[in-house]
Amino acid sequence: MLEGIFVDGLIFSIMVIGILISFRILDIPDLTCDGSVATGAAVATMAIVSGLPIFVALLLAFLSGVIAGMVTAAIHNELKVPGLLAGILTMTMLYSINLRVLGNKANVPLLRVETLYSKLPETFKFLPAEWASLVGTLLVVLLVKELIDIFFRTDLGVSLGAMGGNEQMVISLGSNPKVLKLIGLGLSNGLIALSGGLLAQYQGFADANLGTGMVVQGLAAIMLGEFLFSTNRISLLTLRAIFGAIIYKGLMFFGRKYGYLIHITPNDFKLLTGILVIASLFIAQTRSAASSAGAKKKAIARSLEKHEGDKEAKGNA
Amino acid sequence: MLDLTNITKVFYPGTVNEKTALDNVNLHVNKGDIVCVIGSNGSGKSTLFNLISGTYPVTNGKIIFDQIDVTSTPEYRRAMSIGRIFQDPTKGTAANMSIEDNMNTAMTKGMKGLRISLNNERRALFKELLKPIGLENRLKDNVGLLSGGQRQALTLLMTVISKPKMLLLDEHTAALDPRNAQIVMNLTERFIKEYQLTALMVTHNMQFAIDFGNRLVMMDEGNIILDLEGEQKSKLTVDELVRRFKNLRKKTFDNDEGLLTRD
Repeated sequence: MLEGIFVDGLIFSIMVIGILISFRILDIPDLTCDGSVATGAAVATMAIVSGLPIFVALLLAFLSGVIAGMVTAAIHNELKVPGLLAGILTMTMLYSINLRVLGNKANVPLLRVETLYSKLPETFKFLPAEWASLVGTLLVVLLVKELIDIFFRTDLGVSLGAMGGNEQMVISLGSNPKVLKLIGLGLSNGLIALSGGLLAQYQGFADANLGTGMVVQGLAAIMLGEFLFSTNRISLLTLRAIFGAIIYKGLMFFGRKYGYLIHITPNDFKLLTGILVIASLFIAQTRSAASSAGAKKKAIARSLEKHEGDKEAKGNA
Repeated sequence: MLDLTNITKVFYPGTVNEKTALDNVNLHVNKGDIVCVIGSNGSGKSTLFNLISGTYPVTNGKIIFDQIDVTSTPEYRRAMSIGRIFQDPTKGTAANMSIEDNMNTAMTKGMKGLRISLNNERRALFKELLKPIGLENRLKDNVGLLSGGQRQALTLLMTVISKPKMLLLDEHTAALDPRNAQIVMNLTERFIKEYQLTALMVTHNMQFAIDFGNRLVMMDEGNIILDLEGEQKSKLTVDELVRRFKNLRKKTFDNDEGLLTRD
């Protein structure tokens, strides 16, 4: 049972890394996610149902997400609308596209076909089925994390981070921010769709409504992770996102299992996730206020000490 | 080096807010020139810089840079050869990244590839370059931790190592305290000499404009009203400058003296 949380959390973590890229690294609040995660699920499912290898299905899911992200970036770049609105436009359009991909059905099951999660127990025969899924997913997540870590250490990756911090600087140093946004949002949504492709296989179906509220869930996971430790290194940022994703899924699991004790049903989860995000924001704000107040106190104490010292020195002289 | 021909910039044309910020300006800057641009607020100095660097398109006129017509070239492409430093120290650096990453981004100017070009050789070079501004032991620190003066000095260094042909300095010491302003100004002078740069600098300080560089340009109401070079400039005094302004514009400097400081 517990392995299930981890598999769920790890699949979710790929999406959280995608959201980390858009919200935190590029500083573009991109809502395409709600659409592109379902697109990834739909594309992977239809590819597998039509008999393509699982690897190809996941690659197609990734590419569909890349295209979705690039559409958002293009709307944002060329029509000069805020990233938020561009994302909502793409997300809304994707809903219809997802239904088309799923053959005008809201739900397509992955029955009697080979998926990653029917294959993994065969590959790792020496492990129990649930553990085999966990190991397989962990390997995928580690591979993705490593690739992302390397990418954000390259010159291109660093300039993506620079653009998130200061767009003018990137322009001043001769990079086209439009191209950087295309790449950044493409990558972000590619990962989100990849996560959707894995999720569809894990739960055994693709659903057109899969994406509703995913951005907020991803944000909650990022914020939970940010409570763990503070860092500016990309490898730790992605690690933190993975931890946050697993913690979030853990919380949701216990909410589902024991929530009935305080009359919480799964229907309440979206509300609770929102409250979790608000609470995280509040705690982060109070913490930073407290730490700056502490720093202020210390500074005053230091200056007082210095004055005392000066006085004493004068007195001695 | 830089040729501005009949440059006009009108903001919000056709509306009640229509404003002519630059009115048929012509300016020729030779290679190696160090030009100080003075003028009160609203005289068009910043607009001039925004047009040269490509932040806004011109309403009319032609900008030739290095024998190439760049009138409609986008800002990021012009930035390959025009380095610009803003008054706001936070504009030239990325606060969320380390000093070495900032330096490296400046070093590999232009569209970046998938290479990891930050290596120990580069780090050693950065250490050497950072010595004059005293940041040589803080390569891994986030730029957000630096003071305004340090950030502006870093911006200057980054702009210089990105090897521009021309430097646009938009009151780049105005937001700093006098001591840091002096440090950054000394560095500016040093780098301009060391890398033989052509520079345009906006300042509000008349004495400084007289002392610094080989050319002085005064702007008023979107026009260049005075352009002095060489000996003419070196003989100039603040009082002479004020007198000439009065003669030229038939108006007093008084209401502007708060903005244009003598020293």
